[in-house]
Amino acid sequence: MKSSFWRERRIPLAWLLLTRKPLRLLVALAGICFAGILMFMQLGFRDGLFDASVTVHKLFDTDLVLMSPRSMSSIGMSGFPRRRLIQTMAHKDVEGITAVNWNFLLWRNPETLSTRSILALGFEPNDPLLKDPDFSKKAKALTMRGRVLFDELSRDEFGPIPEWFREGRTIETEVAGKRVRVAGLVSLGPSFGADGNLITSRETFLQLLPSTPVGSIEIGLVRLKNGSDSSLVAKSLRASLPNDVMVLTRQGFIDFEKNYWKTSTSIGFIFTLGAAMGFVVGSVIVYQILYSDVSDHLPEYATLMAMGYRLKTLLGVVAREGILLAVMGYVPAYITGSGLYALVRTSTKLPIAMDPQRAVLVFILILFMCMGSALLAMRRLVDADPAEIF
Amino acid sequence: MSFSVMKNKTYKDESKLAVEIDQLSHWFGKASTRRKVLDNISMKISTGEVVLLTGPSGCGKTTLLTLIGALRKVEEGSISVFGHQLRDSSRRTRQKLRRQIGMIFQGHNLLQCLTSEQNVQMGADLIKGLSYRSRRDQSREWLRVVGLEDHMVKLPHDLSGGQKQRVAIARALAARPKLLLADEPTSALDSVTGREVVDLLKKLALKNSCAVLMVTHDPRILDVADRVLQMEDGRLLNSTT
Ligand SMILES: Nc1ncnc2c1ncn2[C@@H]1O[C@H](COP(=O)(O)OP(=O)(O)OP(=O)(O)O)[C@@H](O)[C@H]1O
Ligand SMILES: [Mg+2]
Repeated sequence: MKSSFWRERRIPLAWLLLTRKPLRLLVALAGICFAGILMFMQLGFRDGLFDASVTVHKLFDTDLVLMSPRSMSSIGMSGFPRRRLIQTMAHKDVEGITAVNWNFLLWRNPETLSTRSILALGFEPNDPLLKDPDFSKKAKALTMRGRVLFDELSRDEFGPIPEWFREGRTIETEVAGKRVRVAGLVSLGPSFGADGNLITSRETFLQLLPSTPVGSIEIGLVRLKNGSDSSLVAKSLRASLPNDVMVLTRQGFIDFEKNYWKTSTSIGFIFTLGAAMGFVVGSVIVYQILYSDVSDHLPEYATLMAMGYRLKTLLGVVAREGILLAVMGYVPAYITGSGLYALVRTSTKLPIAMDPQRAVLVFILILFMCMGSALLAMRRLVDADPAEIF
Repeated sequence: MSFSVMKNKTYKDESKLAVEIDQLSHWFGKASTRRKVLDNISMKISTGEVVLLTGPSGCGKTTLLTLIGALRKVEEGSISVFGHQLRDSSRRTRQKLRRQIGMIFQGHNLLQCLTSEQNVQMGADLIKGLSYRSRRDQSREWLRVVGLEDHMVKLPHDLSGGQKQRVAIARALAARPKLLLADEPTSALDSVTGREVVDLLKKLALKNSCAVLMVTHDPRILDVADRVLQMEDGRLLNSTT
């Protein structure tokens, strides 16, 4: 194998042709890199925004989620009978359940006294709710009536609650017109649907929202025993429960919410269009560069043909130029993209990061861009007439 | 598939024949602008022979060379190179045959992005079954033979006209051709350098038993030839030995 490698080894013509004019190469790479960064940012924003719609969804300590089939999304939840959740306990793989009430209530900013809609979650304070191990300690405070945990990552419009709380002040305000006291802070984060969150006991929740039908919940968390297959359990629960309840896996719950925002907003379209623009701009630049590269070297290609080189070999040189451009343009785009993600993450709290799927996607797009341009440039090469060079 | 002379034996006593042309005519242009540039040409070149082709500008010398070099399609008459008929040959056959034919152009036509050594190696790379190292060593050897051992890593840009033409000769010979076609290889050179280049070409061609067909305007180099062919207006006038 090694010997055949040495036999097949050739002068790296593609590389030498590309680097012959460093300035032109630099322009080409800048163009590809720019297109790559543009695609990284647009796709990153798109995914990041969709991820932002499920910031709270991701925090639940659960394997399966029960929901009403009439629920549309986090901003349009319907209730279902709590006993459906209790029925799941009959399944041998179910370890525990948590009933959650989920609704939007009006929060009064204690500083400005203006009101704003906040997502309120109600649950039994002794049941597990979030994956955060410190949470259950904080939840103890909710056993007293009229106490709430406030999400410190909520937007500022809800008032300077975190600052006041840390200063040791007693914070009392109105939620849905009823008096509550802030008993602690949690870190959840705002999402598409909710600018802020609060967590309270089921008892307090029902007190704040007396119109909630008795025995009705919006979300049922189902934790499974170690080693059980959540999609299998979901399947068997779906078969055994009546169809007034929907059984989703944890991922299914997240996807359900994301899908709502994907289909009901133009976020996906706008940012995919942005990425497509990057692709087009990059393609035009690479095509220009490769085309003029082939045109400039046409007499040299014709000489090689006259010497007995096959057209296929020469087309291979152009193809290799395309691949080289793709790789050399992608690397800086990847590095810059990762850096910009970190910058956006810290400055906007948008959950945006380099994920391998997107990294591969952008590379494939860049490769496609370069190879497509190389293919177009090859048409010029096919026209080269070796008889013209004498 | 090899292009050995023995294979495809169409000649009985003339197995040493490199080129045989029979009643070759060629036209350029279409319809009303169609013009005959080669008119009923017949000639033979044996291996090891150095043949010069002269004639006024526009008489069709380059056209004849490109036809022999399998760079153009033969329209009328026949050309056979090492026993291979070029008329109606496939593109692949012509491309393979070109590997047996070394070409030296009026302009040196070196690859600008390659050093002398790499340019010569583009010729050596056409030889099948040699390792990269031996192809490289051979290329260096050829450059030494043409007297450019001190200029191996220079780009064409940094070479003089005569040096470039010598690189082109080394490149053509590195592919071990059995036929060398040269179109005014000395026209860009002064007379002394031109003479040197032609002498070198002849010496190397003889040593490697390679037939040479060279187009030239330069009367001072006619004496290197075994034969001088005169062309005028697309016709071959005489052949002097
Ligand atoms: N591709 C072409 N298309 C049309 N006419 C051509 C083409 N190439 C050459 N000719 C014409 O054919 C004739 C012969 O050209 P050719 O190049 O063979 O001449 P030549 O003997 O090599 O001349 P010179 O000594 O100037 O190089 C010329 O009249 C030329 O104008
Ligand atoms: Mg000519």
